[in-house]
Amino acid sequence: MEGTRKRIIRNFFKHKLGVLGLIMLGVIYFIVIFSDFIAPYNYMTSHRNFVYAAPSKIRFFDDEGKWRGPFIYPITRTRNPVTYRLEFTEDRSEIIPIKLFVRGEEYKFWGIFKTDLHLFGVEASTDRAMILLFGADRFGRDLFSRVLIGGKVSMSVGLIGTFISVFIGAIVGSLSGFYGGMTDVLIQRLIELLRSFPRIPLWLALATILPPNWPSTWVYFGIVTVLSLIGWMGVARVVRGMVLSLREKEFVLAAKVSGVSNMKIITRHLVPNTISYLIVVSTLSIPGMILGESALSFLGLGIKEPMTSWGLLLKQAQSLSELESHPWLMIPGIFIILAVLSFNFVGDALRDAVDPYRAVEKV
Amino acid sequence: MIPMMVLISIICFLITELQPGDFVSQYLDNPRISPAQIELLKKNLGLDDPGYIRYLNWVKGIVTRGDFGYSFAFQRPVGELIWERMGWTIFIALGAIVFQWLLAVPMGIYSALHPYSFGDYTLTVIGFIGLSIPDFFMALMLMYLMLQMGATSIGGLFSPQFVGAPFSLAKLLDLLSHLWMPLIVVGMSGLAGLMRVMRGNMLDVVSSPYITSLRAHGLDEKTVRKHAIKNALNPMVSIAGTELPNVFSGTIITAIVLNLPTMGPFFYNALLNHDQYLVMTFLMFIAFITQIGNLLADIALAVLDPRIRMS
Repeated sequence: MEGTRKRIIRNFFKHKLGVLGLIMLGVIYFIVIFSDFIAPYNYMTSHRNFVYAAPSKIRFFDDEGKWRGPFIYPITRTRNPVTYRLEFTEDRSEIIPIKLFVRGEEYKFWGIFKTDLHLFGVEASTDRAMILLFGADRFGRDLFSRVLIGGKVSMSVGLIGTFISVFIGAIVGSLSGFYGGMTDVLIQRLIELLRSFPRIPLWLALATILPPNWPSTWVYFGIVTVLSLIGWMGVARVVRGMVLSLREKEFVLAAKVSGVSNMKIITRHLVPNTISYLIVVSTLSIPGMILGESALSFLGLGIKEPMTSWGLLLKQAQSLSELESHPWLMIPGIFIILAVLSFNFVGDALRDAVDPYRAVEKV
Repeated sequence: MIPMMVLISIICFLITELQPGDFVSQYLDNPRISPAQIELLKKNLGLDDPGYIRYLNWVKGIVTRGDFGYSFAFQRPVGELIWERMGWTIFIALGAIVFQWLLAVPMGIYSALHPYSFGDYTLTVIGFIGLSIPDFFMALMLMYLMLQMGATSIGGLFSPQFVGAPFSLAKLLDLLSHLWMPLIVVGMSGLAGLMRVMRGNMLDVVSSPYITSLRAHGLDEKTVRKHAIKNALNPMVSIAGTELPNVFSGTIITAIVLNLPTMGPFFYNALLNHDQYLVMTFLMFIAFITQIGNLLADIALAVLDPRIRMS
């Protein structure tokens, strides 16, 4: 067993894209875990002087061309007397340096410790100057902070949803394969029935079942449930096939003869033998869940304010006029692509490493 | 298949029934509509009957009259409404499939014939990127790019001046200038999967003994390749069957963003409005297409591959 594991790990690290994906995922999860601290502002605080402010220009040299370290100019908001559009102009008389470990808006780190320490920021009142890496939205909330916090939802939905759906799939599949007979027939028919709906319409329909008056944390778990309810059928099918061949093996017979209960045989002897498949299938189904969540939130059927996710952030960029005048609202989409791409790379590399003969195709 | 459709219809009904509220509930906080009017509306729409009676009436209508019910919001038969939008939906779905296959099959063949080369890696990465972009985001990006390039009429299938116009060459050109966007967005997501399956098939076939024996008989490379491609394409047929319903439902979100006259935005609005019969019929319809697709794929596979026909 140890030999196989080593071989799998070695094969995985031969796959360059897989390693790249793994590194990117590590970085993304690190950022998301410490997002409260890295975000320079509280993601929910609105700043009325910075409504739809464009990303700040970070400068290193002042007007005389002298090196001043990274800094920004404070901005003032004026209404153009001709077009009545709000315009932002830099006030070049003052230099506001960007510093590490500054005190700013209060937040709760991991929802426990109350603190106001941020990784970076500017020491200035939020009326005059803000460091807005990705610009601000229509309430003047810092998009960079919102993207980081939104990552918590986007990056966890896939993990939890996949865990649930693979868990259900493994249990149902092994029950079906182990008992056979009527149980098997019924479960297989049920799977066939559920699989006759394509995912997207079913996702949309199920998401509308969640009551609109639920608080956003409930909605979050509701969405996870909706996503995972649809993914387990493929897993159950393959696990059933594997269990069918495993249950004739000597070690299962030996367990039966020594009086081990059926449930224990399934959980101790059958499911562990499918574990490498389950890991591969999990990694491959996470991207679908992330995409599903973002699509639902984008359409307004998923995550609700005050929680946020990358899909929900993109919802603001939906209209053509928004796209034209505030293109930075599209930035969250880049994060979705990066996350999904990394999971796809890792999943593909894992599949090649675990299963060189490609027994596991698409689920 | 018929018992399957009965079960499917029950699931469709349960899903719509589980939605909180019904069509009338949107009027509840409208001060212009009195509670008595709401009661009357409920009665007229048949919403005060218990669920199973409404379900049985609905099924009775379908079986006896081919009537799929009445849309609350549009005040017209559901069958008619869906039928109107069917044309463009199928047109776009088929267009996307053609686009996908025309790209994916040659890409897969090229990758398999030059495995682990620079070109193979490039195509793989392109495919993966296509797989990883959410379709709605891709639609947004393309719209933004077109805006930057100075396009004026984005989204939809026609420019405003052609919407009601009779068919003409100018209208056709206008359609084509709008059509590429949905086709790319819808087609892109399945491209990588298709390409990788084709590549895998082709790699299997190329290394199989009969290809070696063809070479040993002295056939030229071109003929050998023809045989290999033909055999590698066979398993793809079963994918084609499942492709249609998937692409069909893949158009939903893209169509909402790009504002296309297809069933996607229609279904979405019906869901939000609790337009129950419309939602149920649409879900039924999609499940039906899935069933038909699987059936067609099995038949096509049997026609193409004598080995399956024999067993």
